[in-house]
Amino acid sequence: MKNHVWRPLFVVLGLVAVILLVRLFIVPDDFSVGERGYMYGYHRLGNEQEWKDFKTKFRTSTYCNDCHEEKMAERVGSPHALIECENCHGLAGDHPDNPEKLTLDRSRELCLRCHTRLAYPSSQRKDLAGIDPQEHNPGDACVDCHNPHRPNLEEM
Amino acid sequence: MVHGEIWTIKEFFVLPNEYIYWSIQIVMYPFMTGLVAGAFVLSSLYHVFNVKQLKDIARFALVFSFALLPVAMLPLMLHLQQPLRGTNVLMTPHFTSAISAFGIVFLAYACIVASEIWFVYRRHFVNVVNTLMAKKQRTTLEKLQLLLNRVLTLGAMDIGEEALVKDHKAVSLLAAIGIPVACFLHGYAGFIFGSVKANALWMTPLMPVIFICSAVVSGIALCIITYIVTMKLRTMWAKRHQGEPGVPSIAMLRQVEDTEVRMSAKALLTFMVLAVTLELLDIIFRGYTAVKSWDILREVIYGLDFYKIFVFQYGLGNFLPFLLLLLPGVTVRRAAFCSLLVLFGVFMMRWNVVIGGQAFSLTFNGFMHYHLPIIPHDMETFKEGLFGAMFVMICPYVIFFFLNKVTPVFLEEEGH
Amino acid sequence: MKRRDFLKNTMIAVAGASIPLSALEMIDPRELFAAHPELRWVFLADTYKCVGCGFCVKACKVENDTPYDANVSRTWVERYVITKSGEVHIDSPKAARDGFIAADIYKGQNPLALEVDFAHGRVDKTSVPKGEFASIPEEDIAQAFFVPKLCNQCENPACVQVCPVGATYQAPDGVVLIDRTWCIGCGYCIMGCPYGVRFFHPVYKVAEKCNFCYHRISKGLKTACATACPFGARQIGNIRDPNDPVTKAIMSERIGVLKDEYGTKPQVFYIGLNKEVR
Repeated sequence: MKNHVWRPLFVVLGLVAVILLVRLFIVPDDFSVGERGYMYGYHRLGNEQEWKDFKTKFRTSTYCNDCHEEKMAERVGSPHALIECENCHGLAGDHPDNPEKLTLDRSRELCLRCHTRLAYPSSQRKDLAGIDPQEHNPGDACVDCHNPHRPNLEEM
Repeated sequence: MVHGEIWTIKEFFVLPNEYIYWSIQIVMYPFMTGLVAGAFVLSSLYHVFNVKQLKDIARFALVFSFALLPVAMLPLMLHLQQPLRGTNVLMTPHFTSAISAFGIVFLAYACIVASEIWFVYRRHFVNVVNTLMAKKQRTTLEKLQLLLNRVLTLGAMDIGEEALVKDHKAVSLLAAIGIPVACFLHGYAGFIFGSVKANALWMTPLMPVIFICSAVVSGIALCIITYIVTMKLRTMWAKRHQGEPGVPSIAMLRQVEDTEVRMSAKALLTFMVLAVTLELLDIIFRGYTAVKSWDILREVIYGLDFYKIFVFQYGLGNFLPFLLLLLPGVTVRRAAFCSLLVLFGVFMMRWNVVIGGQAFSLTFNGFMHYHLPIIPHDMETFKEGLFGAMFVMICPYVIFFFLNKVTPVFLEEEGH
Repeated sequence: MKRRDFLKNTMIAVAGASIPLSALEMIDPRELFAAHPELRWVFLADTYKCVGCGFCVKACKVENDTPYDANVSRTWVERYVITKSGEVHIDSPKAARDGFIAADIYKGQNPLALEVDFAHGRVDKTSVPKGEFASIPEEDIAQAFFVPKLCNQCENPACVQVCPVGATYQAPDGVVLIDRTWCIGCGYCIMGCPYGVRFFHPVYKVAEKCNFCYHRISKGLKTACATACPFGARQIGNIRDPNDPVTKAIMSERIGVLKDEYGTKPQVFYIGLNKEVR
């Protein structure tokens, strides 16, 4: 009974042992210090691959070109050739499997993203063909008159 | 709905992802840890510095501080988006983060307080075991009580003179170790905020010190209030059982209460001076150096949050109780009133730091206003709303109620 | 022990302890470079080229599964209009997901929840108090421009330093990632980021932020935002490759970074940054 003062310490040590034991089971094996050191690189290494395997949905015009060659050809030489198909047609994902049909945005607002006239010095915006949406045929869809694939006014 | 959107109102230009992410529970967190640390420091004043007059409140403060401990963790759990993963902090602690130390410091502190309580109450546990063993017939409740107390003695049944002296020494030692650990526990809560370099209001090396001082202030204030309330209950009980053996006289109880409260009030005053000085120093320093962030901070401190800071926190929470306590002839009632005000003041200080620190955009071009959800309509508005905060507030008293059954705070036998 | 011996021993102990420390300091970056001499992702944003169409935000939200209507976004575009009298007007309605189709700049509360009257290309003023809009006549504008914002993938990420569980980290190529299975959702990283790029994902309930479309760049694709940008205002590149056009631009142009005073060493570089941009 001499050393009863140490008993709480034994309880504490037991607690620590339990925590360390639980840790052994719960912490994933690949949890370690990565190449960036402890401060910036302490993580579960497998997570990097998980992010690399994340699904790509934006397939870019090379993917579209595989099937829609004639549509792609239509744009050549037009200022809109700069624009990715999927910006207006919606991200392709696994099209044509999923989604079967893309949701094309034909709205006036889509065009206004670039073509509301904003005469901003020191921004390229001022150089784009611009209209005042309240003056220029309000309510009408732009695509009624303009061909979005060849929007040049001379070809209207 | 995005987390934070429901209680945040943006004004002028605020970045799209900016919301008040740390809300009422993060106000409660430093408030509750502050109470823990403060209560412990008060009890240590007796155990370490031998302030004899605080003997009665010391044991009370110790047990109360233990009752507050689990509640200091509760707000953090309630605020986590993934509460079930909270244990990850112990599993893979990342020590470059101030929060990761929480699990370890918190547990270390809990162990110290629990051990200290064990040494203080060991004789009591042994006595209970002996009394119950002597009985021939035991009810189920008594059987349970016996079992619990047996476990609690950890098999150390010796209550001879020599063993008790050892206990006493251990208590003093643990109390002495406990003070820096308590300060560390809370100082580092200040460090959590003070080290966020992205936040112009939080980032100051004074933050941990300010937090410790206000912690001690709030802890003492809460102990005074709770002590007064329990003493009133005891007096009522004593009145009903007057004349029975072992029941203290009312005059004696009143006198004990008076001295204890007076002494605690003195300690309260001292720490209040320290806390307010540091807080004012911080504001003055910011105004004087007036770095880039001062423009927006000035608008928050002197405009948006003027009432919360200068009227509620400093006026009602600091200067009024300060004056009232300085006036001669402090009564128990006045001390209780002052302690309530002080508690409110410290709560407002936490509010002004946590919410005030998120009241402006990182771009310094806009403000965010916080609207505390009152009526909960889903889990989130309950957890991070008025009712969540009330829940956290009430918890320590429930725990204290049960704890008091096992480790009675007002033992008439000669304790430590 | 004599005093002199004691001092001598202390000196040796101190010197012995400090040498390996300083040696580590010296070798560490070189070791890192040796391990990955070929790859460090950086970003270049050109504020002259950006027209505020917001296709980048739209693409980002769909590509990375950020709920489309949630008022948070991994990337966004800010509009700055500075008048000749020195007033600065800034906005980013819906994080510029729908671009900037109106000239008016909203100054009131909750600009994110703003309803834009798409039919007429202007902000719906009927639902909010008067005087909260700034309609700035063209002739008053001294300069106006758009600034794309995204995660800076800092060299010294403050958000990673403060993560208590190691759920966010910097990959060897410099991109800061978040482990969705390990994040406890404490929000400390959101507080720690000086750029406000982090938020809680409304579905997964964990911290979320731009990761330069890590799944795309590691397959040799450009980020979704850079792909969507018709004007080349957003470009992703490898700073370790001297022939990369982004590297060349960073080396030869006058570029700036956001909030370098925090010591985070941000790796998103801007052409044409102004002091109003923070």
